[in-house]
Amino acid sequence: MDGQTRDFKWIGKRTVRPDGVDKVTGRANFGADFSLPGMLVGKVLRSPHAHARILSIDTGKARVLPGVKAVITAADLPDIPSEEAHFGEDPTDFRYVSHNVMARGKALYDGHVVAAVAATSEAIAEAALGLIEVEYDILPHVLDVEDAMKPDAPLVIEDLITQGITPTPKKPSNIAKRIQYDLGDIAAGFKKADVVIKRRFTTKPVHQGYIEPHAVVASTSEDGQSLVWCSSQGHFMVRASCAKLLGLDVSQLRVMPAEIGGGFGGKVTVYQEPLAVLMSRKTGRPVKMVMSREEVFRGTGPTSGSVMTVKIGATKKGKITAAEATLAFQAGAYPGSPVGLGCMTAFAPYDLENVKTVGYDVVVNRPKATAYRAPGAPLAAFAAESVLDELAKALNIAPLELREKNAAREGTQAPYGPRFGVIGYVATLQALRDHPHYMAPLGPNQGRGIASGFWMNFGGQSSAVINVNEDGTVVVTLGHPDIGGSRASMALMAAEVLGIDITKVRAIIGDTHSIGLSDITGGSKVTFASGMAVVKAANDVTGQLRARAAMIWEVDADGVVWEDGHAVASSTNVGEFEPLSLAQIAAMAAKTGGPISGHASINAKGAGPGFGTHICDVEVDRETGRVTVVRYTAIQDAGRAIHPSYVEGQLQGGAAQGIGWALNEEYVYGDDGRLQNPGFLDYRMPVASDLPMIDTVIVEVPNPNHPFGVRGVGEVPIVPPLAAVANAIEDAIGVRMTDLPMSPPRILAALEDKL
Amino acid sequence: MNAMRYEAPGSIDEVVALLAAADGTARVLAGGTDLLVQMQSGLFKPGLIVDVKKIAEATTITAEDDGFRIGAAVCGAELGEHTALKEAWPGVVEAAELIGSVQIQARASLGGNLCNASPAADSVPALIAAGAICSIAGPKGRREAPAREIATGPGKTSLRKGEIVVSIHLPAQSPRSSDAYLRFIPRTEMDIAVVGAAVSLSLDENGLCSAARVVLGAIAPTALLVAEAADALNGSPVDDAALERLATAARAACRPIDDKRGTVEYRTKVAGVLARRATGIALERARRK
Amino acid sequence: MKKSHVTTTINGEPVEFLCEPQQTLLDVLRDELNLTGSKEGCSSGDCGACSVIMDGRVVCTCLALGVEAEGRSIDTIEGMAEGETLHPLQRWFLEEAALQCGFCTPGFLVAAKALLDRNPDPTETEVRYWLAGNLCRCTGYDKIVRAVLSAGAEMRGQ
Repeated sequence: MDGQTRDFKWIGKRTVRPDGVDKVTGRANFGADFSLPGMLVGKVLRSPHAHARILSIDTGKARVLPGVKAVITAADLPDIPSEEAHFGEDPTDFRYVSHNVMARGKALYDGHVVAAVAATSEAIAEAALGLIEVEYDILPHVLDVEDAMKPDAPLVIEDLITQGITPTPKKPSNIAKRIQYDLGDIAAGFKKADVVIKRRFTTKPVHQGYIEPHAVVASTSEDGQSLVWCSSQGHFMVRASCAKLLGLDVSQLRVMPAEIGGGFGGKVTVYQEPLAVLMSRKTGRPVKMVMSREEVFRGTGPTSGSVMTVKIGATKKGKITAAEATLAFQAGAYPGSPVGLGCMTAFAPYDLENVKTVGYDVVVNRPKATAYRAPGAPLAAFAAESVLDELAKALNIAPLELREKNAAREGTQAPYGPRFGVIGYVATLQALRDHPHYMAPLGPNQGRGIASGFWMNFGGQSSAVINVNEDGTVVVTLGHPDIGGSRASMALMAAEVLGIDITKVRAIIGDTHSIGLSDITGGSKVTFASGMAVVKAANDVTGQLRARAAMIWEVDADGVVWEDGHAVASSTNVGEFEPLSLAQIAAMAAKTGGPISGHASINAKGAGPGFGTHICDVEVDRETGRVTVVRYTAIQDAGRAIHPSYVEGQLQGGAAQGIGWALNEEYVYGDDGRLQNPGFLDYRMPVASDLPMIDTVIVEVPNPNHPFGVRGVGEVPIVPPLAAVANAIEDAIGVRMTDLPMSPPRILAALEDKL
Repeated sequence: MNAMRYEAPGSIDEVVALLAAADGTARVLAGGTDLLVQMQSGLFKPGLIVDVKKIAEATTITAEDDGFRIGAAVCGAELGEHTALKEAWPGVVEAAELIGSVQIQARASLGGNLCNASPAADSVPALIAAGAICSIAGPKGRREAPAREIATGPGKTSLRKGEIVVSIHLPAQSPRSSDAYLRFIPRTEMDIAVVGAAVSLSLDENGLCSAARVVLGAIAPTALLVAEAADALNGSPVDDAALERLATAARAACRPIDDKRGTVEYRTKVAGVLARRATGIALERARRK
Repeated sequence: MKKSHVTTTINGEPVEFLCEPQQTLLDVLRDELNLTGSKEGCSSGDCGACSVIMDGRVVCTCLALGVEAEGRSIDTIEGMAEGETLHPLQRWFLEEAALQCGFCTPGFLVAAKALLDRNPDPTETEVRYWLAGNLCRCTGYDKIVRAVLSAGAEMRGQ
């Protein structure tokens, strides 16, 4: 089947998603909606200090409180060695995951878990926490990247030696890693430039902001089998992490994926799950752990804050001759910020001969940074796309034209090495040029900015099983949690290949015992990789259906083709046969060899990179500094939009997160290293009245490596907005904002500096 | 463990008796939009909660000859639905309606907003600008006090043990008079005021300002009645020059703090801007009367 | 600790339950009555995921005590559909793809129903300000607003 150019029966249709009714009636079960008889409530004790040695933990009084069934500390977890863990888009280390889940020796941030209890009620669990006596030796803390990089900075991880520097440093520091990407000759490139713009940028950490706090129920039976019900972005990741952290066989754990209330990268790791499993194993009773909103902020990963310098040079005709970026990202308490991805993506939309990006992964006394939707890329793009805007103005070339002149195309070498195949960046620029938003008139105090963004998109391991029921209906079992409507898209793809009505297809997510290993839902991979697996499994099914038909007709299997949901003789030479529908063949399955089931387990490669370009109009109240986004358009190449409504939804959601990141979201810490705004009141995400309608344009430049041309879409949309908003503000008030968030006091101060 | 008691008496006398007999951890429950937040965050565990919503006096709005008597537990949404009150005191109503979301509006009350005594309370500057008088019941009987005298500092009130604000009285509105409240927040909704400004003014037959009250919120430990700002308006045609003097006076009166919601510098600047803008709105409304 | 006995009406049906005085109405709905459609997102009244309609007004159940349900009438997401027939808002949310993860959806549906019950023909701005107390992180609100406007139009017979 040629998925590139045909007219489709189901692909591209806006069908109602299969799990939708449960979600609009409140029936859908998220992590905290699950209960078991005899269930205990688990709670954790968190360090109130940003940095402290844990001298002792006395749990004696807590243990004897009536109703308390278990109290655990790091002493109850195995002290595991360092080992790379590959789950998300950046590898992490199981040892660090273990220490983050339960502090060992030192508390490294305000909110770091030091102990946990399981009790018969929430009130008793909380009382028990109050009875745990922890002796801390408070240490000086460091919160900011530049402070942490100084030679005399307090050491967060005392034996951390910087990787990526030759010769290897002798002294430990807070710099976990230095990374560098080069293309061409950067010095020569700048020499050729007529105009060079260099700017320094800072950003604050921001949280993914999912509305559902982390929740897990773990239950262990007497044979040592643990059942885990949780919402996460990867139940296989939960299984692997719990097994590793607790020293269990993977097959002792069965993880059931609950519906998940948002993740955006924040749920690609474990926090409470290993603790709930451990306490259920110790007590022989189910343990439920649900985070409060405050705990989500104090204890789970935001994405990095940063300090970045970007320098770009161009000829007067607008050809970029050199681009350089130095990025220093906060990793939080353990190494693993997305600075490498930031380096790779910063200049990726452009065809450049001379590029140098250097990144520093820096530990600080904050919660461990976790992925947040295109990790690293929004930060790098904020800096790069802002400088491009300034460069355009300095050259007196329209920002759109500057991008067109330097756009990456098929064959362009990306700054991080590979050559792009077929890509759609230029198509997004063309769509922008044609869009009515681009030339719409602006009112007083209003300004317009554009910015582009890139994400490489990932493939990965994916499994799918398609079972044909005896009446010709079909169940598709998938391995990735559905966070955005992927069940709908998988059902569409299966229906398309099988040639049956969408209403005959049900898509479900299998638990870890029931479906083959599948990587996390993230990296914009599910529609791509799981889609590939589904198509492969569906082709497996149609192959079997053809074989069954051949058996029924008593002809050779290669005499049968699958067309439009039916087995059909490939030519009149084979014979004159009425086409057999899937349902008809299914009804005869027992007689022709047994149940019909198709299967695929793949490691999907060939994910197509995604590009987006956004237009943002803002209005600035010059007396208060308040910025209102008055119009927004997000244009993106989706390769092929399997379900256009859900692709639009990804564009709108990512844009909204980017706008919040640009304008008002930030972590506020006191001098004591404690988080001051761990709640939705003072961690200011956009509300409905803050935003206009977000127009979307889906451009389709199919990815030749996917049967339907799919490119991942989930992450690109958050990459352009930070710079789009900053560029719009510059257009409105003539002030270049280089520090995020661009909150009203900062805008007002910048306006007054300008006078 | 906390053995919290909940009572929902049917009369003010019972409320007073319960509060007077309780220890310092007793709290009144109207809408609960401050109290329950404090309980949920572990900040505070009340020993006794006295729910006043079964008491007519605390939950009714009555239009009287000399103004309006508003039960202290009447919710913001109900205030907004009272046409006559909105017509007479649009500033008080819009201030109350700015508190939180629609969900909060269905519960939050003037009494709660006043007695929670947050420096950033939205309804308080407007109540003070309107000259609101509180009817207070206590062990020694009833007394009255201007709204201005209730909050004495962040989270602290002048109420004595066993006392409760039962209702709030707004005077009848005079001709050619109106009020307005503005607040500055970084988003469009759902934030605590960084600065609040309430203005109540009256015009004489010649269109000159004959009386004014300007009250600022979130720029001091309690809402501030800024006499100098009112002086800038009194007798003036409320022109640009008067507004400039008003803004200067407003800024001069500010004694804010630096916190996660705003800096001293920023609050001061915006106080001047809001005082000016709120005056403009009150003026427009007064002219239409 | 002695529990209180509460008699109330939920989704039109008489209901009785026992609860401790400090339990919120949200705790009671979810943990005592197994009505888990209302969600806990923040426990501070800032996200609206716990919204129900109580005596005709949409409220955050995380900020109400279970005992306050006494004698009141409460409508939760579970009561929004009539038997097998979805409410127009529910249908339009599905039609317009106004949900992605679906966690905030019950809160939005309840709040939107309260809006249309009161103001059958709201403008886009009125819808946005009414729903400002409901946080969504997935959709950017665009399709939610469109779904509410479409449902309103259908309910007005247009």
